[in-house]
Amino acid sequence: MSEIITVRNLYKIFGDNPKKAIQALKEGKSKDEILREYKQIVGVQDINFSVRQGEIFVLMGLSGSGKSTLQRLINRLHEPTSGEIVINGTDIVKLSQNDLREFRRKNFCGMVFQNFAILPHRNVLGNVEFGLELQGVEKEKRQEKARKIIKLVGLEGNEDNYPSQLSGGMQQRVGLARGLAVDADIMLMDEAFSALDPLIRRQMQDELLELQARMKKTILFVTHDLDEAFRLGDRIAIMKDGLIVQVGTAEEIISKPADEYVRTFVEDMDRSAVLTAGTIMLPVKEKAFTGDGPRTILRKIRRHGLSGIFLTDSKRYLKGYIKAKELAEFVEKNKKKEDLKMDKSLVHEAASVERDMPLNEVINVYQEADFGPIAVIDDEQRLDGVIVRGAIIAALSEGYEIDPDNGEPEQASDDEQKPDDQEKSGDAKKSGDAKKSEQ
Amino acid sequence: MFPFRIPIKDWISNGVDYLVSEYAAVFDAFSALVYFLVDNFKDGMLALHPLALIIVIAAITLKMAGWRVALFAVLGLLLSENIGLWSAFVETLALVLTAELLVMVVGLPVGVLAARKDGFHSVVRPVLDFMQTMPAFVYLIPAVMFFGLGLVPGVVATFVFALPPLIRLTNLGIRQVPKELVEAADAFGATGSQKLFKVQIPVAMPTIMAGVNQSIMLGLSMVVIAAMIGAGGLGEDVLRGIQRLQVGQGFEAGLVVVIMAIILDRITAGFGEQDSAT
Repeated sequence: MSEIITVRNLYKIFGDNPKKAIQALKEGKSKDEILREYKQIVGVQDINFSVRQGEIFVLMGLSGSGKSTLQRLINRLHEPTSGEIVINGTDIVKLSQNDLREFRRKNFCGMVFQNFAILPHRNVLGNVEFGLELQGVEKEKRQEKARKIIKLVGLEGNEDNYPSQLSGGMQQRVGLARGLAVDADIMLMDEAFSALDPLIRRQMQDELLELQARMKKTILFVTHDLDEAFRLGDRIAIMKDGLIVQVGTAEEIISKPADEYVRTFVEDMDRSAVLTAGTIMLPVKEKAFTGDGPRTILRKIRRHGLSGIFLTDSKRYLKGYIKAKELAEFVEKNKKKEDLKMDKSLVHEAASVERDMPLNEVINVYQEADFGPIAVIDDEQRLDGVIVRGAIIAALSEGYEIDPDNGEPEQASDDEQKPDDQEKSGDAKKSGDAKKSEQ
Repeated sequence: MFPFRIPIKDWISNGVDYLVSEYAAVFDAFSALVYFLVDNFKDGMLALHPLALIIVIAAITLKMAGWRVALFAVLGLLLSENIGLWSAFVETLALVLTAELLVMVVGLPVGVLAARKDGFHSVVRPVLDFMQTMPAFVYLIPAVMFFGLGLVPGVVATFVFALPPLIRLTNLGIRQVPKELVEAADAFGATGSQKLFKVQIPVAMPTIMAGVNQSIMLGLSMVVIAAMIGAGGLGEDVLRGIQRLQVGQGFEAGLVVVIMAIILDRITAGFGEQDSAT
């Protein structure tokens, strides 16, 4: 992915003596000190980051952290005090007003605002065609485009309605459509969903992700809501006092916070929405193979003190789950039988999740599985790891740091050796076995 | 207390004298324009049969303000005709419309400019205060000196009094356009005039129309004062009633002024509401 926006050494000082303020910042004075001593307000300071083509990059911070200021610097609604903003190879800080206007038309899908900022005197169609109208696109062409986008955002049939007739969610769809109607790469969204009620917000986030999958814009999204940031952002920049404290993916930030501030910040975060099954799973210690006989499986279970075991075939494909108690009773009942085979009734359907399922959904599965172990499978249904109660509790508890490496399944080698372990008549077709993971 | 006196009165008197003697041509041209406008309005309306004009006004009222007001307009206008004040009504309406036209031509651009330039706004504000609070009689005298007795100083006095609310409300309306709407226009790469005509003025339109409404109302309140310097119309009838202690006659003319005020108010208020409703 190539970098579409690169920001270097960007400062924004509000006040009449920005040079002095920057000087003081470089001497290590804080934002508050500069406000007190020089009456200059530090908007953002020493900003360096880049945004890649086609990603959703979230600027996240509390109010006053400079996130909205930074966003408005990117399209120069605010004039930078110093620094470079290179977009598609052009340093926009150096552009004249006329060139800047042209540049905005070509590169930005306008902006989407918290309070929608759509024109009350125009109907939906009139609002959506606004950007194209400013560019002088002829009426027929721009309306055709606008209608297409209106359909895309699910507002079909509302073309002639005025904003006052629409709900908040619909108004924001108009705002979104107005941006998408313009053929440009970069979309700026400022707290775009913050004014919507939680259910609608959630829905709009999903729709944005869906649209993004199709449109592949580069989105710079500002929010104060960590859940939203983690849900939407491919990468997230956390801001504080006009500085970027950390840039990274949701999992990087939550598992390796850069400093105490980020750590306390993400503590309040709903970790279960960010962590995935892949991050918290443990390697499979032992599993049963389809060729194993009941006694072999029972031995495996006992050796590790398990309450059950997952059953796979020799290629690691998940075949089921066997409960220790049932198996023990079965073996006991058939004590005298020499050539005991696995009984179908012993093999239950295994609870399984895919690696990228968020923890909060994993918990639902965990509940449905009667709090037994859950198998983590890859795209092809192969057993990758297990999730047990201890891992879930650990992941949810505050301050617990997950080491992403820890979740890596280690059983690849395991796999090769176990098949030999099979009991005598390995052909027992449906005999299964399971392997289970500890808990 | 002071050993000297600041000669404001001399400055003003001399200034007015100077203007009257040196710029007579300009004032004459302005007079001609005002007469042209008022006469055309008046002749145009008088050329119609009263009933035809009543129907036209009622139709406009019906569209802008609903059938109740339209019914009121028909009855009120028929009453004016019945008590013999029809031509005075038309004359006053022509005067008010002319003054309002001038008010809009001057007020809208000044209001827009004041909203965009803080420096200009700080200059304009005290001038507006002056125009609204300086007693009308004070500038009636120089107006008469510039334009002579009659219609024109009446229109000028009305103009001076009716201009401030339009400038103030235009300025206010544009300043109140949400910041995000302007930012949105900028973010899409709007030019200055695109921003003004596609965003700021349309969004401010309800407030601007309230300014138009207010300036018409204030203009009507000047009708009697304008009549003192010979502007004619309903004001003259009111004045005659007062001077001759003919209470009834004065009341009738005053009543017709009120009828006109209500009709004009509802029509212009309707413009503002229509804009915000759609």
